[in-house]
Amino acid sequence: MERFDDMDNNCAIQLKNITKSFGSVKANQHVSFDIRKHEVLAILGENGSGKTTVMNMLAGIYYPDEGEIFVNGKQVTIKDPKDAFDLGIGMIHQHYKLIDVFTALENIVLGLEPEEKNDMAAARKKVNDICERYGFEIDLDMKVYDMTVSQKQTLEIIKVLYRGADILILDEPTAVLTPQEITKLFAILKNMRRDGKAIVIITHKLNEVMEISDRVTILRKGEYIGTVNTSETNENELTEMMVGEKIVLDIARDFVEEKHKRLEVKHLTVINKDGKRVVDDVTFDLFSGEVLGIAGISGSGQKELLEAIMGLQKPEEGSSVVYYSTAHGVHELVGLSTREIISHGLHLAFVPEDRLGMGLVGNMGMTDNVMLKRYRKGKGPFLHRSQPQQMAVKIRDELEVDTPSLDYPVRRLSGGNVQKVLVGREINNKPTVLMTAYAVRGLDINTSYAIYNLLNEQKKRGVAVVYVGEDLDVLMALSDRILVLCNGRVNGILDGRTAVKEEVGLLMTHLKEGN
Amino acid sequence: MANKEPLIRIRKKDDRPLYQKILIKIVFVVLALLIAALFINSVTKLNPLDVYASMFRGAFSTKRRIWITIRDTCLLLSIAVGLTPAFRMKFWNTGAEGQILIGGLVSAAMMIYFGGKMPNAVLLVVMLVLSMVAGALWGFLPAFFKAKFNTNETLFTLMMNYVGIQVIEFFVDVWDKKQSHSVGVINSETRAGWFPSVFGQQYLINVLIVVIVTAAVFIYLNYSKHGYEVTVTGESESTARYSGINVPKVIIRTMLLSGALCGLAGFTEVAGISHTISTQTSGGRGFTAIIVAWLAKLNPFIMVIYSFLIVFLNKGAVQIASDFNLNEYASDTITGILLFCILASEFFTSYQIVFRHKEEQ
Repeated sequence: MERFDDMDNNCAIQLKNITKSFGSVKANQHVSFDIRKHEVLAILGENGSGKTTVMNMLAGIYYPDEGEIFVNGKQVTIKDPKDAFDLGIGMIHQHYKLIDVFTALENIVLGLEPEEKNDMAAARKKVNDICERYGFEIDLDMKVYDMTVSQKQTLEIIKVLYRGADILILDEPTAVLTPQEITKLFAILKNMRRDGKAIVIITHKLNEVMEISDRVTILRKGEYIGTVNTSETNENELTEMMVGEKIVLDIARDFVEEKHKRLEVKHLTVINKDGKRVVDDVTFDLFSGEVLGIAGISGSGQKELLEAIMGLQKPEEGSSVVYYSTAHGVHELVGLSTREIISHGLHLAFVPEDRLGMGLVGNMGMTDNVMLKRYRKGKGPFLHRSQPQQMAVKIRDELEVDTPSLDYPVRRLSGGNVQKVLVGREINNKPTVLMTAYAVRGLDINTSYAIYNLLNEQKKRGVAVVYVGEDLDVLMALSDRILVLCNGRVNGILDGRTAVKEEVGLLMTHLKEGN
Repeated sequence: MANKEPLIRIRKKDDRPLYQKILIKIVFVVLALLIAALFINSVTKLNPLDVYASMFRGAFSTKRRIWITIRDTCLLLSIAVGLTPAFRMKFWNTGAEGQILIGGLVSAAMMIYFGGKMPNAVLLVVMLVLSMVAGALWGFLPAFFKAKFNTNETLFTLMMNYVGIQVIEFFVDVWDKKQSHSVGVINSETRAGWFPSVFGQQYLINVLIVVIVTAAVFIYLNYSKHGYEVTVTGESESTARYSGINVPKVIIRTMLLSGALCGLAGFTEVAGISHTISTQTSGGRGFTAIIVAWLAKLNPFIMVIYSFLIVFLNKGAVQIASDFNLNEYASDTITGILLFCILASEFFTSYQIVFRHKEEQ
């Protein structure tokens, strides 16, 4: 109670003993902390630590099983998002909730009372005031489908401010932004802090926590671990609180002397269903013993590039992908189907972005998933499960996959274990080329580092590794060379040891002249 | 406090042990019987126990009735099993009716044109093969358009049913010699193209066919390379392409199989049960079988239980109607209540309802 008195002016929200479970999963257990005005509070935790769940309870998406919430000193009940709005709480979710065919302004007034909604001129003026006050740049008449991810995010923030939110919650706001866009966002957040707003950002990126936040609240496995002042801590301490043990945060990058050309991609072009050139005249070589990082804002053609190499997308006339292997000779891959690539015994391994939607079958167990690319092996019309089963055992033991049994549906495993099954299967095939798309997305720190180690190990064995990533810090630490994609084109290939983050960021967003 | 916690909340609970799931099912069946009893009593003033006893008699009172119950269970089961490969592929085949009818039509045609012109065993084999081909063709069309142009298979297969009905009506007209708008029992004297009695049992061949089909489909789906392809394609087309599966080929192949098995059911119906053909030959079983397949979660062996349950209810319903002079709507209502409760129990096996906490002092 004593906290209560000296807080009532400064404290926007107090959470007391919040508990929430989903089935047998305890998402939050007795979580208590404060959110203050005039500050940016970072909620830090690994995936599955319950940080989004606890914030969803403030936004009225979930209702807590136990516990109390105080807003401005008064106990409240938040049954639905409308209650949250009435209390001045606005949340910007990871997946934006906008209507594509409406303009920015139409999206802002959507859902308001009719008299307010119909007075567009007044609304426009109010929005312009907000933009001026905090430094937003937005074209109010632009349709949402024409917007970049960053513009959509800006729109979402303006939307909640328009509704009078004093407490803003941003769920992983930087996940899909370029370094330049992040700088812009942080400047706006600082303006809002100055204006007295309480700002919460949910994140697992330490450098951003250090840069923007005033205090950090750490959650681990649904439990509240503690809150520290950002100025009095450092990345290592935060990691330790987040993971519960000490971790070395360095990513190894060994140099492999001997290099052989493994892939020669020439003028690779893919046109999608809408007639857009998603991969546009891409040319590069890939060597054994290297990690080639592919950087780019999301949707710059990364997915289509890898899928085209694997025979999952049909390249245009004039494209060529030549595969060199000491054991299997030279093959032109363009024109081969995925099945032919597999049946010719070409050792191309591919860890796709959509793990359960493309790389694995969610409702099958480990054994059947290990069999996915080799189920045709063996004579006769029936499946031969004994060899895949041995492989599954091997993958489970070597990568420490936590599963109740080899037949347990992989969809029910945690994200990290799902990825271990997928990567394990692809590596188990002794690949010549290993292509990975967002291999550590959504994984906890320990598993992420386990994956980095696996990739490095493969590189040292002479595998040519492609790493498509979104976290530039990791990408730059891991890659020997960095290929930057911009609008489906190769906008530069840099040396990973000398590249500068800002330079990569610029190449991601601005096509070079003559390109 | 003006605001209160919501009164009822729904919470996911997907970790119930098997015994709890079975218990929930049993509770709901009992509940269904109670509701139905209340309904019977309030509408007809009859003693519900008498009514239930009558239902039981409808299915089991004589040896012949038991055999008919078994026969009809088998027929329904064979259709549900036939739908299973398509459903495993998430291809919503609502066209079993049409596939059964067309299989039955081909069987009837063979009986009419070739009855007595070849040995009965040969005739039966030819009927079996051709009815499967006909069913497969009825399944092929929607599958081909789905594979090539991604048309909606639910609508396509559904519409194929009406095409099937029209074709039957045409041929009934052609074969109808007495202007009675029906074909009548075919080869009633020669019994050509009829299933023979085996060990004195008229319907043993029906049972045999369905046992073989059920076991074969189970093995095909779970232990063959084809079955693996079906499951992967059904789970995710992207995964299928990733693993090198030719998705259009699998869709067409699987629907050929599913259609052929439904056509086979039509053959069983015509050659083994009714010995005639009409638009009523399928009798809505093509749709009932969808319920059976889903209640059993596409497990062919659990389908035995649900097929039996539904046939039992139907037999019971007819019996009630005649015993108590009720029309069949009354018994349909009972069947409806039971099915509704079984479906409702599905919800409670995976979700839990939480009421507002009592005020704690």
